[in-house]
Amino acid sequence: MATQDEIKFLSNPNIGKKQKKYCRFKKFGLKHIDYKDADFLIQFVNEQGKLLPRRLTGNSLKYQRRVASAVKRARHLAILPYLSDLLK
Amino acid sequence: MKHFEVSFIVDPVLSGDEVKSTAQTYKDMLVTEGASIVHVDEMGLRPLAYPINKRSTGVYYCIEFSAESGSFIAKVELALKRDERIMRFLTVSLDKYGVKYNEDKRNGKIGKKVRKEKPAKEPSGRPYQAPRAAAPVDAEVSTEVENPEV
Repeated sequence: MATQDEIKFLSNPNIGKKQKKYCRFKKFGLKHIDYKDADFLIQFVNEQGKLLPRRLTGNSLKYQRRVASAVKRARHLAILPYLSDLLK
Repeated sequence: MKHFEVSFIVDPVLSGDEVKSTAQTYKDMLVTEGASIVHVDEMGLRPLAYPINKRSTGVYYCIEFSAESGSFIAKVELALKRDERIMRFLTVSLDKYGVKYNEDKRNGKIGKKVRKEKPAKEPSGRPYQAPRAAAPVDAEVSTEVENPEV
């Protein structure tokens, strides 16, 4: 039987807590985005192959623009699809 | 001195020698135009994300070169465009970070770095990617194998 001190929360206190988004390029110091790296770029598109917004990825504006151009280059070279179903 | 990178997809129907000679043609063309070739990355036969000219695979090449000015690039691109053996091409100029990235990639520093970060970033995303990511992963491995030779 747990004592009164041990019972602190009825539910997980982290639920509903906002986790701060960050720009991974700034945080890890990635200066260049390779358009040939499909595995990396796939993180920035949804399963239809559309670019994810900054709202979701947390990228800074500067790197979101670079991600967008890298994805578009990759699409041109058939490294990423222009449109697809169940990409992930 | 500006750095550029031209990647193109060669028709896979051609025999291995023809593919190589196609790539060699453009290497020679760049050299005659006064560019110095930094590195030629043969990515090999890879599946295309969507069919081009009714082909589902292509032989990828990427030539990194440096030149004083990019004035001859239009000429090279015209030749690439007229060439029926080339399915797609793309020329980009590299900034200093791009040059450094390619250098690090050749020395085998990049692949590990990316893999180390991925679990931290998207732990839930990985299992879903696994079936599709099979081919690109192979490509990565093959470039790593090439690196010690360079």
